[in-house]
Amino acid sequence: MRHCMSPLDFSVEELDQMMDLAAKIEKDPEAYAHICEGKKIATLFYEPSTRTRLSFETAMLNLGGKVIGFSSAQSSSAAKGESVADTIRVISCFADIAAIRHPKEGAPYVASLHSSIPVINAGDGGHQHPTQTLTDMTTIRQIKGRLDHLTIGLCGDLKFGRTVHSLISSLVRYPGIRFVLISPEELRIPDYVREDVLKKNNIPFEEVIRLEDAMPDLDVLYMTRVQRERFFNEEDYVRMKDFYILDAEKMKLAKEDCTVLHPLPRVNEISVDVDNDPRACYFRQVQYGVYIRMALIMTLLEVTK
Amino acid sequence: MTGEHMLNIGGLHEGVVLDHIPAGKAMDIYKRLKLDKLDCQVAMIMHARSSKMGQKDIIKVEAPLELLNLDALGFIDHTITVNIIKDAKIVEKQKLRLPRKLINVIHCKNPRCITSIEQGLDHVFYLADEENELYRCVYCEEKWHGTKKRG
Repeated sequence: MRHCMSPLDFSVEELDQMMDLAAKIEKDPEAYAHICEGKKIATLFYEPSTRTRLSFETAMLNLGGKVIGFSSAQSSSAAKGESVADTIRVISCFADIAAIRHPKEGAPYVASLHSSIPVINAGDGGHQHPTQTLTDMTTIRQIKGRLDHLTIGLCGDLKFGRTVHSLISSLVRYPGIRFVLISPEELRIPDYVREDVLKKNNIPFEEVIRLEDAMPDLDVLYMTRVQRERFFNEEDYVRMKDFYILDAEKMKLAKEDCTVLHPLPRVNEISVDVDNDPRACYFRQVQYGVYIRMALIMTLLEVTK
Repeated sequence: MTGEHMLNIGGLHEGVVLDHIPAGKAMDIYKRLKLDKLDCQVAMIMHARSSKMGQKDIIKVEAPLELLNLDALGFIDHTITVNIIKDAKIVEKQKLRLPRKLINVIHCKNPRCITSIEQGLDHVFYLADEENELYRCVYCEEKWHGTKKRG
C-alpha cells in the first residue's frame, strides 16, 4: 500500500504514468465513470480549503465512487481532542482512501503511519501540498507537450510560497529546465532552495526583480499571490501585494505560446483583462487538478481499466 | 594523561567507560543518557588532564553496554571513546558514529509541527546530510544541526 506525502514520493517514470492516465481520462472521461464504484474517499479537512476539498470529492465522484468527510476541525472529533492517529484508525474502517488537510506539518504522515488505507497529503501547513504540484506539472505537460527543455518563470512570493518550492524540486528532475525567479528583494527564494536544489543539481537560473525584463524569455509564467498572513505588519504587505500585476499590456511582451499559470485564488496579481488571453491557463489548471487527482486515486487504490 | 595527576576513583570491574568527553560535557551526557534512571553506580570525572585534549571528562558506568543509548551518545559527540570493561580490563573499544535515526533524543522546535500537539508521538529525526551533521524532523523536515554546526 502506498501513500502520497510529497511529489518526490514518485519517480519520474511513475509520475509520467500517472500524467498519462490523467491525459487518457481527459480524452474519455466516460470510460472511467464507474471504475471506483463501491469505493469511498474520506476528505478529512482540519482547516477549510474548499477548492482542494471539492477537487478531491469531484475526482472521486467522477470515478463513480462516494465521498465522506468533514471540512473543519470544529466539525470533527479533533474538537474533542482526538489524535490524528486515532482518527485515521477509525476512518480506515469507513473509507478506502483518505485525503487529509491539516494546519500542522507532518500530520498526514502521522496518519499514514497508523492507516490501513492509502493517505493523500492534501496540504500540511507550509510544508507540502503534493497534489497542487501534480496539478501544475500535469497542466504544463498537457499544454506544452513536455516537462523538459522549458524556461519557467516563477513570480511573486518566492520566499513563503510552498507551491513554488515544491514545483522547483519536482521539475529539476527533468532535463533542460531553466528558471527565472522574479520577486522583490524581500521575497526572494530561500537559501535552501537556491543551494540544496538549484545549485546542487546544476540547474541554470537567474533572479530578477522586474517582470517585464523576464517576460520575453518565458515558456511558462507561474504567478503567485502575496499572502497577507505571511507578514508581520500590514505596511509591508500593502507594499508587496501590488508589486507585480500581470495585465494585458505586459502580456504583449510574452511569447505567443507562453503559458500563464496560477495556483489560485488570485487577488489582483493577474488583472482580469488577461483572462480572455488564450495564454491564460489558470482555469484549465483547475480542471487538470481534477484529472490528476482521479489518476492519483486510481493509482493508490490500484484500480486499473 | 598520567596516573599520578589523575583524581583517584575506584576501578570498574564490569561496565562501560566513556572516555575523551570534551571537558565540561559530562553532566550533559549524564542527563541525555538518563544515567540517573539506571540502577547502577556512575562516576563522573571532570576536567581530567589529557595529553590529547588538554582537559577531558570521563564517565564510568557500572552497567552493561545494552543499557546505554549509543545513538544518543553518537549524536551528542561521535568522537567519544566507549570502552567496554570486563574483569577490570578493557575488552573492547566501540566506535561511535552519527546515528541514521534519532528517536526521542531531540525534540522538534517547529511550533507548526504535528509533534507540538499529537499525544504520544515519538520525536524522530533522520540524518539528512552526514557531512554537515544535519538532521531533519521526519514529520515537518525542520533542521537540527549536530555538534559540528552547534560548536
